Amino acid sequence: MGALLIRDLRLAMRAGGGFGLGLAFFLLVAVLVPLGVGPEGDVLGRIAPGILWVGALLACLLSLDRIFALDFEDGSLDLLATSPIPLEGVVAVKALAHWIVTGLPLTLVAPGLGVLLNLPVAGYGWLVLSLLLGTPALSVIGAFGASLVVGVKRGGLLLSLLVLPLYVPTLIFGAEVVKRGAAGQAAEVPLLLLAGITLGAAALLPFAAAAAIRINLR
Amino acid sequence: MDLTVANLTVARGGIAVLEGVSFRLGSGRALVLRGPNGIGKTTLLRTLAGLQPAVAGEMSVPPESLAYAAHADGLKAVLTVEENLRFWASISGTQAAEAAMAAMNLQELRDRRAANLSAGQKRRLGLARILVTGRPIWVLDEPTVSLDAASVALFAGVVRAHLAAGGSALMATHIDLGLAEAEVLDLTPFKARRPAAGGRVGAFDEAFG
Amino acid sequence: MSIWEYANPKKFMQTSAWLLPWVTGLAVACLVAGLIWGFFFTPDDFRQGSTVKIIYLHVPSAMMAINAWVMMLVTSLIWLIRRHHVSALASKAAAPVGLTFTVIALLTGAFWGQPMWGTWWAWDPRLTSFLILTLFYLGYIALWQAIEDPDTAADLTAVLCLVGSVFALLSRYAVLFWNQGLHQGASLSLDKEENVADVFWFPLLVCIAGFVLLFVALVLMRTRTEIRARRLQALLARERLA
Repeated sequence: MGALLIRDLRLAMRAGGGFGLGLAFFLLVAVLVPLGVGPEGDVLGRIAPGILWVGALLACLLSLDRIFALDFEDGSLDLLATSPIPLEGVVAVKALAHWIVTGLPLTLVAPGLGVLLNLPVAGYGWLVLSLLLGTPALSVIGAFGASLVVGVKRGGLLLSLLVLPLYVPTLIFGAEVVKRGAAGQAAEVPLLLLAGITLGAAALLPFAAAAAIRINLR
Repeated sequence: MDLTVANLTVARGGIAVLEGVSFRLGSGRALVLRGPNGIGKTTLLRTLAGLQPAVAGEMSVPPESLAYAAHADGLKAVLTVEENLRFWASISGTQAAEAAMAAMNLQELRDRRAANLSAGQKRRLGLARILVTGRPIWVLDEPTVSLDAASVALFAGVVRAHLAAGGSALMATHIDLGLAEAEVLDLTPFKARRPAAGGRVGAFDEAFG
Repeated sequence: MSIWEYANPKKFMQTSAWLLPWVTGLAVACLVAGLIWGFFFTPDDFRQGSTVKIIYLHVPSAMMAINAWVMMLVTSLIWLIRRHHVSALASKAAAPVGLTFTVIALLTGAFWGQPMWGTWWAWDPRLTSFLILTLFYLGYIALWQAIEDPDTAADLTAVLCLVGSVFALLSRYAVLFWNQGLHQGASLSLDKEENVADVFWFPLLVCIAGFVLLFVALVLMRTRTEIRARRLQALLARERLA
């Protein structure tokens, strides 16, 4: 399984578009929103938690269809399914690789973009913490969505439609953490709920995704 | 380590394509599947590999013993020959990448990216992947596609060595590999009959009685 | 005699052909009676005026929007466990009906909200939940459309329905957490204190019965169509192969 993780990371680095794409999109959101909304600091500061979370979510969405589609096209998925490692493990590892390539970098650059959006000082810790705990859920849920459409040609748009409603709880709790944190309120409750969603999704969705892939390979 | 198939029916897209297929593949033996395009060779091999369920009949595949090679080789264009092979070796938990490169004459290409390989070289790499699985029963779908005569002979030698070591091979191919010891099974007689002629109807139609 | 006999498409077609006119007739009778009673023979509310009468469309369609999804969850489970094709096709047939009820609930809610709250739309938990439910229905229907092989489509949509149900529940609670809302409490509950007055109650019950019957009639009708389409597809596929 370690080999699979290393391969996926290597592919993301060499094939291009892996690390860069999501980050560029995230940056774009953080630059365009103030241009659209106006430069007033207090308005930006108030919407910053939501914008940052929505931006991170959409940036995650961009690269979801690559999780399984490339391996499906070149036959690797058939071979992985007949290999000694369980397909559930394959799903979990590929979701982890997706998170390392998108979720983790987004988390790391988020404070910088918080500055652009005039996020209140109290919010930075909560922003990083909530993204760190929440973006893995985005990758796992996304891997589940990708497993459903792996056999569909040009399934990108369909994938977004399937995944967006599944992202709702993560987005709500994630943004709520930052909103409360930035306002100086206690943010532990939404943070724990967010962590709960991530743990639950990581524990259960690989099984559903592996089942969907087996159905698609049939 | 016998692969046995008894009275097997396989389906593609919910419709039976082959029925009543029976054979036994013992260790040290090779079996070549023949038949016109579309008869269901790939479907049969995918069923044996466990990628799709059989409609009826029995097959006994010893657990963790089967290595499957499809039309597509599962190669990553941006990885080198060696990286591709080492990946599949570690997935299978073996150290056989070096030996496999030697066997398929790939050592000189080891640092070349798969994107820059010719079709025949890619195929050789795909077949080397079978070697690194370390599994005894090889199930190969058109293994010789785009190979030149020399490579076909090279591959035949690899298969022969595998058989001599107690392995077995099931191949769907049109090309004569020059494996004199291989048995040939023509699938044409097993073509599924139409429902009108007493053949099996799909699960959905069955319900209509 | 077991209920699973109706999972046989032939048996289902026979029974539903017999049942359909009765259910349809009863649905029309209930809807006509309930709506006329509700619209013309109930007093105006002392606060909400005649606007309150949209309740006879709003509440039943909102109930059926959720019930349709629950039905899809049950039929999806039956398909996954027992592989009855009728069950899978019934899920497929119910989804657009459920989506329509959801949209009706949202629209009638907007028409009600405009005079009452002074706005067509508010990000109230209930409204938001229904909007999310719409997305779930759309995704489910789109997945059915996108996949060619009918059994694969049935399997994948069933998996989506299962996982989607869990996330729909999660979303419901997340949305409650997010905003406490201004929507009034449930119009119907077992706790009689909170219920609407009897004069509104009885026509509402008739309307709800009408919507349930309408849903059953529509799903039966659409399932029959799906079974025929599926049968046709199987025949055509076999022709191509021969």
